[in-house]
Amino acid sequence: MMNGADIMVKCLQAEGVKHIFGYPGVAIAPFYDKVYESDIEAVLVRTEQSAAHAASGYTRGYNTELPGVCAVTSGPGATNLITGIATAYADSIPLICITGQVNSELLGSDVFQEADITGACESFVKYSYLVRSVEDIPRIFKEAFHVAITGRKGPVLIDVPIDIQQASVKSFKYPETVEMRTYKPTVKGNGAQLKKVIKELEKAKRPIICAGGGVLLSKGKYELLSFAEKNNIPVVTTMMGISVVPTDHPLCFGMVGNNGKVYANKAMNEADLIMMVGARVADRAISQPDLITRNKVMVHIDVDPAEIGKNAGPTIPLVGDVRHIFDELLTYDFESDYSAWIKELNDNKVALARKRNPNPEFVDPAGFISMLSHKMAKDAIYIADVGQNQIWSCDNVCIREGKFMTTGGMGTMGYSIPAAIGAKCRRPERQVVAVCGDGAFQMSMCELATARQHNIPIKVVVLTNGFLGMVREYQHFNYNDRYSVVRLDGNPDLEKLASAYDIPFVRVRNDAEASDAIDEFLREDSSYIMEAVIDPMDIVR
Amino acid sequence: MKRIYSILVENRSGVLMKVAGLFSRRCFNIDSLAVGETEDKNVSRMTIVSSGDQRTIEQIEKQLNKKLDIIKVKTFEESVSINRELMLVKVKYNRNNRRDIMEICEMMKAEVVDASDNQMLIQLCDTPERTSVFLNKMLKGVSIVEVARTGMLALQKCVE
Repeated sequence: MMNGADIMVKCLQAEGVKHIFGYPGVAIAPFYDKVYESDIEAVLVRTEQSAAHAASGYTRGYNTELPGVCAVTSGPGATNLITGIATAYADSIPLICITGQVNSELLGSDVFQEADITGACESFVKYSYLVRSVEDIPRIFKEAFHVAITGRKGPVLIDVPIDIQQASVKSFKYPETVEMRTYKPTVKGNGAQLKKVIKELEKAKRPIICAGGGVLLSKGKYELLSFAEKNNIPVVTTMMGISVVPTDHPLCFGMVGNNGKVYANKAMNEADLIMMVGARVADRAISQPDLITRNKVMVHIDVDPAEIGKNAGPTIPLVGDVRHIFDELLTYDFESDYSAWIKELNDNKVALARKRNPNPEFVDPAGFISMLSHKMAKDAIYIADVGQNQIWSCDNVCIREGKFMTTGGMGTMGYSIPAAIGAKCRRPERQVVAVCGDGAFQMSMCELATARQHNIPIKVVVLTNGFLGMVREYQHFNYNDRYSVVRLDGNPDLEKLASAYDIPFVRVRNDAEASDAIDEFLREDSSYIMEAVIDPMDIVR
Repeated sequence: MKRIYSILVENRSGVLMKVAGLFSRRCFNIDSLAVGETEDKNVSRMTIVSSGDQRTIEQIEKQLNKKLDIIKVKTFEESVSINRELMLVKVKYNRNNRRDIMEICEMMKAEVVDASDNQMLIQLCDTPERTSVFLNKMLKGVSIVEVARTGMLALQKCVE
């Protein structure tokens, strides 16, 4: 006789799940009891938030057909997961989040470890289920996986009361199709709109493509790049769009936004046609959306119709999957000559390159990140945490065939280490490097044990400055150098910490030491921690 | 600008919270909200009256369409629909104003549906404007005990 937990595991297997990330507890114990005898490897994280981040890294490590899965217990287990779910939601990362729940009969009576997690997560999930009958499990799992990875992707929550996990079932049949009358995302772009786009491109003299994270999520980066190359159209990216085009590609003109390249923003301002692709036009990328669309044509391509016109009025809305749309666009041939515009952009690129005056007593983070990413394998996965390290990464990282991950929407500190664990789990053949500051590192350093326990070799770079650097920089510019609550006194000695986890360690104190240390750090496919000591007063701007 | 959203939703627990939560989270107004089952017991209709500028009105529709429990969203202006609200008003009366109240009710086609020796319960079903006039203008001099209003229901006018 099978029970609900058996069915849950069988559903995951039917979807091809090989790993889950989680933390057990009483309310999810029946499920983990069945995982125990299955071929699914459960990775025990050290705090639930990391389970969601690891699942996110797992999803993003490949091409998002298979969402990462996390499974935690009820109450505090579930609420700890929320930040990770919200982080995934903000970046449209598909996840399946399974939470245990108290006995159905006791729901609503505030018993031990009861939390209304579906209610709490309502605005952070694409959809959520509270399972009320064991018979519903196969349909719900099938729907959840479908919803998570189609349309605008996102996390889906399945809350399963313990008695449902324990309830006996006679047979298991995983549905082959999904029937949801309320859910039919648009995939193909409207033909008339596509033609309009081509017409506008023919008229344009200074077109630009602004690529966001949606391009990666739709697996449309090759189609987009082919289109840009075919028609010689320059590309800028949002933070989430970094790696859509290789950073050293002649048509790539960097990241836009208030932390982006000056010449990328200038290009956006001076373009006469913007193709906004899989990007939300959010405040950090486009600080004045009304200005940026003035006197120019804006084509907005997004799978989510609600994003079109939300922050900036488009001239031509084009709803659909980015990959499909660029496949279609590639079939059109039109006359265009944007070479004068490209030349202008290249001149700006040289004239407006950021000039830094690094302090020679410390490691220059900009040069260091550039060197590190150039030395990394061509297809390596680079994960930037949040803070100054993230901005330096965006500004200086070299991504060729590899991946770049960060949390652009939510900006959740502590993302990089668990995400690296997830990504490495999914892509064991790839080099995975997490880059964080000493603030973010301490939010997730407990996960070093997870990497050790499960033999998941991740490389961790810690840029140490003894400050919450991004906030300190903000206080420098906006609060008259009143450094309130940003000193990280009491930091552990990272060398001793690494040794406590039995992970090799190297410290880099200045630029001269960097090259050899990076070579050693990257030499073998094993876990490594590298600390780079940077000037505490350094700023990203 | 006023706008009516006539929304067919899956008749499941939690759907009202999701829809109401969407409005509050995105700072959309709800002027009124009414819910009830339709001819299909698995489907409920929500009638929400909201207001905002053109962009907000469009966003509300798009965001509603994203919700997986929502089957269909129709949106229209008041002018193209038949709009009704049901109101129950309990008032105090005495010998001196009883006739006046009855006359007002007759004028507005309101009905007295319950009464005691000093209170009466009046029912009025009319457009929201007229129910407001009835309550705020015509019953102005009358002592009101309590009021309940359904919020507006609306369906688009019949087509030829």
